Amino acid sequence: MTNHWIDLQHSDVILIQGSNAAENHPISFKWVMRAKEKGAKVIHVDPRFTRTSARADFYTALRSGTDIAFFGGMIKYILDNGTYFREYVENYTNASFIVDEKFDFKDGVFSGYDPSTRKYDKATWSYMKDSSGVPERDPTLQNPHCVLQLLKEHYSRYDLETVSTTTGTPVEDLKKVYELYSSTGVKDRAGTVMYALGQTQHTTGVQNIRALCMIQLLLGNMGICGGGVNALRGEPNVQGSTDYAILSHILPGYLAAPRASMKSLDEYLQRLTPKSADARSANWWQNYPKYKVSLLKAWFGDKATKENDFGYSWVPKLDDGQDCTILNMVDRMYEKQIKGLFVVAQNPACSLPNANKVREALTNLEWFVNVNIFDNETASFWKGPGMDPKKIKTEVFLLPAAASVEKEGSQTNSGRWVHWKYAASKPPGDAVSTGDIVIRIVAKLKELYKKEKGAFPDPIVNLKWDYTDEKGRFSAEKVARAVNGQFLEDVTIADKSYKKGDHVPSFALLQADGKTSSGCWIIAGSFAQDGTNLMKRRGKNDPTGLGLYPEWSWAWPVNRRIIYNRASVDLNGQPYNPQRPLLAWKDGKWVGDVPDGPWPPMADLEKGKYPFIMKPDGVSSLFGPGLGDGPFPEHYEPLEGPLARNPFSGQLNSPIIKIFTKECDKFSGCDIRFPFVMTTYTSTEHWCTGGITRWQSWLTEAQPQVYVEISEELAKLREIKNGDQVKVESPRGALQCVAMVTPRFRPFNCGGQEVHQVGMTFNYGWLFPKDCGDSANLLTPTVGDGNTMTPEYKAFMVNVTKV
Amino acid sequence: MSSGKSILVDTSRCTACRGCQVACKQWNGLPGTKTKQRGTHQNPEDLSFETFKVVRFADGRTEDGKTYWYFFSDQCRHCIDPPCLDAIAGHVEGGGVRDESTGAVLYKDPAGKAPFEEVRAACPFNIPRQNPKSKALIKCTMCFDRITHNMPPACVQSCPTGAMVFGDRKEILELAAKRVEELKKSYPKAMALNPDDVRVIYIVTDDPKKYHEFAAA
Repeated sequence: MTNHWIDLQHSDVILIQGSNAAENHPISFKWVMRAKEKGAKVIHVDPRFTRTSARADFYTALRSGTDIAFFGGMIKYILDNGTYFREYVENYTNASFIVDEKFDFKDGVFSGYDPSTRKYDKATWSYMKDSSGVPERDPTLQNPHCVLQLLKEHYSRYDLETVSTTTGTPVEDLKKVYELYSSTGVKDRAGTVMYALGQTQHTTGVQNIRALCMIQLLLGNMGICGGGVNALRGEPNVQGSTDYAILSHILPGYLAAPRASMKSLDEYLQRLTPKSADARSANWWQNYPKYKVSLLKAWFGDKATKENDFGYSWVPKLDDGQDCTILNMVDRMYEKQIKGLFVVAQNPACSLPNANKVREALTNLEWFVNVNIFDNETASFWKGPGMDPKKIKTEVFLLPAAASVEKEGSQTNSGRWVHWKYAASKPPGDAVSTGDIVIRIVAKLKELYKKEKGAFPDPIVNLKWDYTDEKGRFSAEKVARAVNGQFLEDVTIADKSYKKGDHVPSFALLQADGKTSSGCWIIAGSFAQDGTNLMKRRGKNDPTGLGLYPEWSWAWPVNRRIIYNRASVDLNGQPYNPQRPLLAWKDGKWVGDVPDGPWPPMADLEKGKYPFIMKPDGVSSLFGPGLGDGPFPEHYEPLEGPLARNPFSGQLNSPIIKIFTKECDKFSGCDIRFPFVMTTYTSTEHWCTGGITRWQSWLTEAQPQVYVEISEELAKLREIKNGDQVKVESPRGALQCVAMVTPRFRPFNCGGQEVHQVGMTFNYGWLFPKDCGDSANLLTPTVGDGNTMTPEYKAFMVNVTKV
Repeated sequence: MSSGKSILVDTSRCTACRGCQVACKQWNGLPGTKTKQRGTHQNPEDLSFETFKVVRFADGRTEDGKTYWYFFSDQCRHCIDPPCLDAIAGHVEGGGVRDESTGAVLYKDPAGKAPFEEVRAACPFNIPRQNPKSKALIKCTMCFDRITHNMPPACVQSCPTGAMVFGDRKEILELAAKRVEELKKSYPKAMALNPDDVRVIYIVTDDPKKYHEFAAA
């Protein structure tokens, strides 16, 4: 979240799209209901009428996989009707920037596309620059090649009729949502967006979010109270796991994972540190070297020296172009290219797409370690449906782990608030925390590498590894202190002295010369200089009265509660909305939230800085050249969809997605054998694959067995009655379940074509309870987003027949 | 009777998360019963001697074709003049009490000797249930063991959206009246159900029959 949970109460219009917040984030509705009491309107857009829709002021449906069409129509509406926040757009976005004159877009494809590699050469996705290298601008926004005019041109095709034909949403409903939401494009109204995996789990997932960001920027809703783009994270600490680089392309603090061609630290930093010729741009990422060197110092301690590039050569490198995300990993495992696997706190035999392929791939492993609090379908894959245990040679180790409530440590919520939590009880039996498991394994590795050397012992042998307490057990607090970082020598910065061993109280003090360490730069400041753990704070002071609670836990970055908050004020630093003054420039300083940098407001032509400090140009990107599939979001159909042609262009699917070609990965196009759109989701009562919750009898009592929700119209068509057993089938798999016939789904009218959609939860698996059914992921396709490879769980095609 | 305690169940705020249903089981030590998916999100199907609280789900389409989904977190209403106690008293003595200070309606062991179907039929809300083995009559106690120790009922404590509120009856009645007034601006059919006769007061925004057959008396 750019904002935080409590802040939802300040919204005037809440758009929930790609999220079933009431069911999957129940506590969010404490704040949504509070906003409603103050007069806010809640809009829910979803293929299915859910418990969220039941509490919305306005609900409408869209066909799964068509969000960009929906948002594109909104962008067109905002531009056509002039409901955008003119001053904000001019000053705080790149709307006025002049784009390279060779930049082009034709029939669904941007300039620079190479069909043979399915990649773009992005050379033309750039700005015209003046002689000093600063992007050229037209503050009148009239230049035909400025971003705003290109935006207008791009979305001119997204008229209500074409959008409706694509999404299946009635034109009247589109108009109603667009009108209501764009009413927030003024100074004193705030609109917020709540989204979750309903936006991300598409082949166009990243661009879905971009489209949302662009709407928020046009309406001036970024950086303000009651605004923002708010990702509702799926698990209490998933924000923390992302911050600490659970993904394969990043290191902690969103630093890029190095590539093989970046042979030295210098080359790495040259390639990744952005530059700006504009003195008014803070270009915060220019500090990349400080964060990277401090990270290496945290990892390798005294062994990291200037002479050895701070141990940069010991960090594993990805090959250039290599993608190590989960779909590719499973594919390699399926090809017997992976010998061993650690699975920690996951259940990929049920959670990953195309579960039959995943389960088959697991049989190719020589060894497999499963760390979990319960047995699950992954740990027991060798005795699952269709498996012959005698033929499977994988050696499986089960390591019993402590549950989250049995561990001390930090937990970062969706709003970036990092709370310190305490163990409520001891783990049962032999179970230990995952931290203890890692501590023991690495200690053993270090011992073996010291003794037996091996091909490349340095990274392991030189790893600083002092995270245990006096009894030799994992100490979460010691790790947290290393994550925050310390001064490694006495240092004086801006007349202030810091002693060796002091905690670094802000990432602004991190150094690129090896004098500081920090295991995750964005978390620097979670400890005070004297070592006080600020994550343990539970102060209830609220000086702004806006629910920021700056003394409750600690929020990254630097306890800022709403990021990009300098966009909430005008050029003179005065709040656009005096009723909700997040920040104000008073008597030469900022008052309110922790500002996005100390500089004076933009009207100060000498010292003032642009508000979007993480962007090299200092402004936010309506034109976004950073992604792989285009600087403007464009509608493409899901890999499996019901339409034979894309109503917006001749390009049916995203031109850059990776197509997996194995027999087990087969997919259908617009195919009469699989005529219905399917989407998958979770429920309030179960968590993810149910790996924890299916063992909890009060929850299985409430949601006992797998079901498919279908409309009354489809039920009639297929002669299915409520509660009947049905078979749901995709090109990749099939399963039997109960039909839930409901008025909450209804057929879409896509330009005269009747499209039926159905939906299932992915909460079940064959292991337990025995009669609960199996995973909906037996059906899902092996395909991911063009940028991130996030699987397309949310839109594919199936057949449903009565058993 | 304006003293004692009351619970407000504002269905217009309820998201049917079923925190209340589970919290009730947890506090009262009730088991998760074996259920089947029957083509609805509502489970267990009904109240039972092992289920004092069930969230009822009712979906449909209104006359103008709009989809609705109503939730009704069903439980004993703790009537001001409980007809179930009258029915029990007609057969056995000491089968139940209405607590003086809170107003909670509680069954006691001898109630099991009263004819169960008669007691059940006496209740306009179809609440009483019987343990088939011990024959004991059983239902929600308003978490009597909690409310007499300065704690809200378990269901109320679990509610994330403020749909359930526990407090002094006078305050709850005022809160209900105010909320209904507010809701009427958007939902002309908004009303509190039997506020003068029961302690567990539901607020609905549509015909109560659409929520549950026995929602209102």
